[in-house]
Amino acid sequence: MSKASLERYLAQHPFFHGLRPKDIEWLASLAQPLSYEVGDYLYREGDASTDFYLIQEGLVRLEIHTPGRGDLTIQTLGPGEVLGWSVMIPETRKTFDARIFQATRLLAFDAETVRRRSEEDHHFGYELCKRFSRVIGERLQATRLRLLDLYGQPH
Amino acid sequence: MVNLTSPIPRPDPMLPRPFRVTRAIRETADVVTLELEAPAGPPLRFSPGQFTMLYVFGVGEVPISISGDASKPERLVQTIRKVGRVTEALCKLRKGDAVGVRGPFGSSWPLEQAKGGDVVLVAGGIGLPPLRPAIYHILRHRKDYGRVYLLYGARTPADLLFSEELKRWQHTLSHAPGASPVLVTVDRAEGGWDGAVGVVTGLIPSLHLDPTRTTAMMVGPEVMMRFTLAELRKRGLPEAKLYLSMERNMKCALGFCGHCQLGPHFICKDGPVLAFPQVRDWMTRKEV
Amino acid sequence: MSKSRFVLERSGLEQLLQALKQEGYVTLGPTVREQAIVYGELHTLQDLPVGLKDWQEGGVYKLAPRSDAALFGYNVGPQSPKQFLHPPLLRLFRAHKNAQGFAVAEEPEAPPKYAFFGVRACELEAIRIQDRVFLGGPYQDPHYKARREQAFIVAVNCTQAGNTCFCTSMHSGPKASTGFDLALTEVLEGDRHHFVGAVGSEAGARLLTKVTHRPASEAEWSQAETLVAQAARHMGRRLQTEGLKELLYQNLEHPRWEEVAGRCLSCGNCTQVCPTCFCTSVEDHSDLAGQEAWRTRRWDSCFTADFSYLHGGSVRVSTKARYRQWLTHKLATWQDQFGSLGCVGCGRCITWCPVGIDLTEEVAAIGGPHVQSQP
Repeated sequence: MSKASLERYLAQHPFFHGLRPKDIEWLASLAQPLSYEVGDYLYREGDASTDFYLIQEGLVRLEIHTPGRGDLTIQTLGPGEVLGWSVMIPETRKTFDARIFQATRLLAFDAETVRRRSEEDHHFGYELCKRFSRVIGERLQATRLRLLDLYGQPH
Repeated sequence: MVNLTSPIPRPDPMLPRPFRVTRAIRETADVVTLELEAPAGPPLRFSPGQFTMLYVFGVGEVPISISGDASKPERLVQTIRKVGRVTEALCKLRKGDAVGVRGPFGSSWPLEQAKGGDVVLVAGGIGLPPLRPAIYHILRHRKDYGRVYLLYGARTPADLLFSEELKRWQHTLSHAPGASPVLVTVDRAEGGWDGAVGVVTGLIPSLHLDPTRTTAMMVGPEVMMRFTLAELRKRGLPEAKLYLSMERNMKCALGFCGHCQLGPHFICKDGPVLAFPQVRDWMTRKEV
Repeated sequence: MSKSRFVLERSGLEQLLQALKQEGYVTLGPTVREQAIVYGELHTLQDLPVGLKDWQEGGVYKLAPRSDAALFGYNVGPQSPKQFLHPPLLRLFRAHKNAQGFAVAEEPEAPPKYAFFGVRACELEAIRIQDRVFLGGPYQDPHYKARREQAFIVAVNCTQAGNTCFCTSMHSGPKASTGFDLALTEVLEGDRHHFVGAVGSEAGARLLTKVTHRPASEAEWSQAETLVAQAARHMGRRLQTEGLKELLYQNLEHPRWEEVAGRCLSCGNCTQVCPTCFCTSVEDHSDLAGQEAWRTRRWDSCFTADFSYLHGGSVRVSTKARYRQWLTHKLATWQDQFGSLGCVGCGRCITWCPVGIDLTEEVAAIGGPHVQSQP
């Protein structure tokens, strides 16, 4: 993808939409396009939070390994979704494994660089925080819905 | 003396017609599909979205959505989840057993009105069987519809219904080569599941559709439908094009017993399929 | 029109009862039983509550002797023609096992021919309302229809109104305007005791020919009208019906619902005595051998805990939700469903509520100061 088309892609993406053009430009130059094959690990439990990701294609599975029960799936994330909301919080470590389940193309954004710019430019930082907050909220709401076990047997 | 004009006299609509089970398919641990035929007389013609009252001799009667092909009424197909005494008895029936049938009852999916546009079908859990007749209709008239999506959320992979058909529909419902019209997700998965895990509403933001020309039809637990409605409205779908299949306690299915009321609507005759504007003021209230 | 106005002496009325019997009717009308006026079979006029009056208030019903021998000197009791047109218990069908599975046999429908004697205007309106429920929709209830089509109705216009009456608010009385075969107004003055009547149908006209009667004079007719008009002026309660649907639709979360729920016992008396309440439930039975099965239909009430049972629990769990359902159905959603109000202003629900809950008072409380319940 050319830089110009990458900027257009980011600008219309629901997560980045509304950011100032110069911020879009900055993110576009930071973005690192990566490809992963089925079975690859994006990161493992305990890894430092080095990047956040924008999934363009494929399926990423968040898992946790339990002796005796194997790999338990927390959630899957697909095209258009953002992975790695904890980047805005310094010194966090990953609580789950992120494994590729369908061949994936994504854009990775270096966390340290994003955090440094956010400290320097609070407007940029606040805009990103708002967006990550929304992602966290959606994840929480979805998790709560699943906790309700709505499809389970009525009691 | 009263002079009451009566329409064409028909037999008492409270009398069940004995049908025969021709096939009993165990779909999952607590779901069975029965294929029924009328031993005598005409087959039961229905429209997608309608339901029947199924009677187990001496045990009781329950409303069950018809889950078969409306263009093949000789085979009446009903998918039942075991949740109580009567449904448990229905799930135990075998080939050759008799089942009482009354119906069909209720309103049907807006398949005519949806023509010429995109369609989103959202099924939660046991909500897929009532949508299957709509899928069959769309497949039979594929050119009348644009992009068609089936979003299906189940509890676990073991609870997924109609897995073989889901695979076939991935191709046959497709609007263009490479499109993925069928999106399946589960709330919980372990080990061997290689598909999506998450709430079915999470599948909505990534759909490619023209919201102004899209009709949505959904069935599932009411909470799931409320969240689905919210996500679809966020995508810009007009409220009048959002259709739900509602459920309430039913005894007669004729509008006489009063049990199935949701506000002014009798779910048995004004529903079960209702457009969102009809139920908006009622389904958001507690204990209505 | 004056050809259809007549006068019956007391003896003529007695003849009317006999004529109905000869036509094969089971005549049902007000009788006294267990200190209340309930529907019973009438063989002679003496079976009526002669010389009795009733006193009704919220949660109170009393009978007392009158100073005259009026036959209809009271208002309505706990029952209505609903008891017979929409029976409290009915067997719908029987089924028996056979080689193919089972066969269903319809109940042989031969309900008795009923003549309702002494039906009040509010009860006529209730019958019209239930006609819409059971005969006006996509399906017709054959049991209601069979009883209804054969019914003969002798209406009586009220010449006094009770404390809990508000038929004028509901435009359902006190004068019977339509839906009867014959309608009578009792006139008692001095030693004169006669009935001024109107013919309402061909069947009514035919039956009248079997009975000694004479045309009513203008004066007699006018006197009867005056007596009925007097009842209209003494209604014990009032209900504002204009904008009632919107009022209730807009106040589903009004604090008054919680307040009335604190008094309501959810006993369901109101639904039993109400002449328009129609909810039923079905039960399936079988014999011990499992060879015979049958289904019965019985009256049900939206006040019962399981009425709205769904998926492991009821939708309307609290008394507040159930009372709200009953009242908003009766006065609001009924209008969207059947094109009329569900209430006829008979006041039975007020009289027979053990704690005297008064729906006119509840509506007034929700409506605010511009809505009054006492006239």
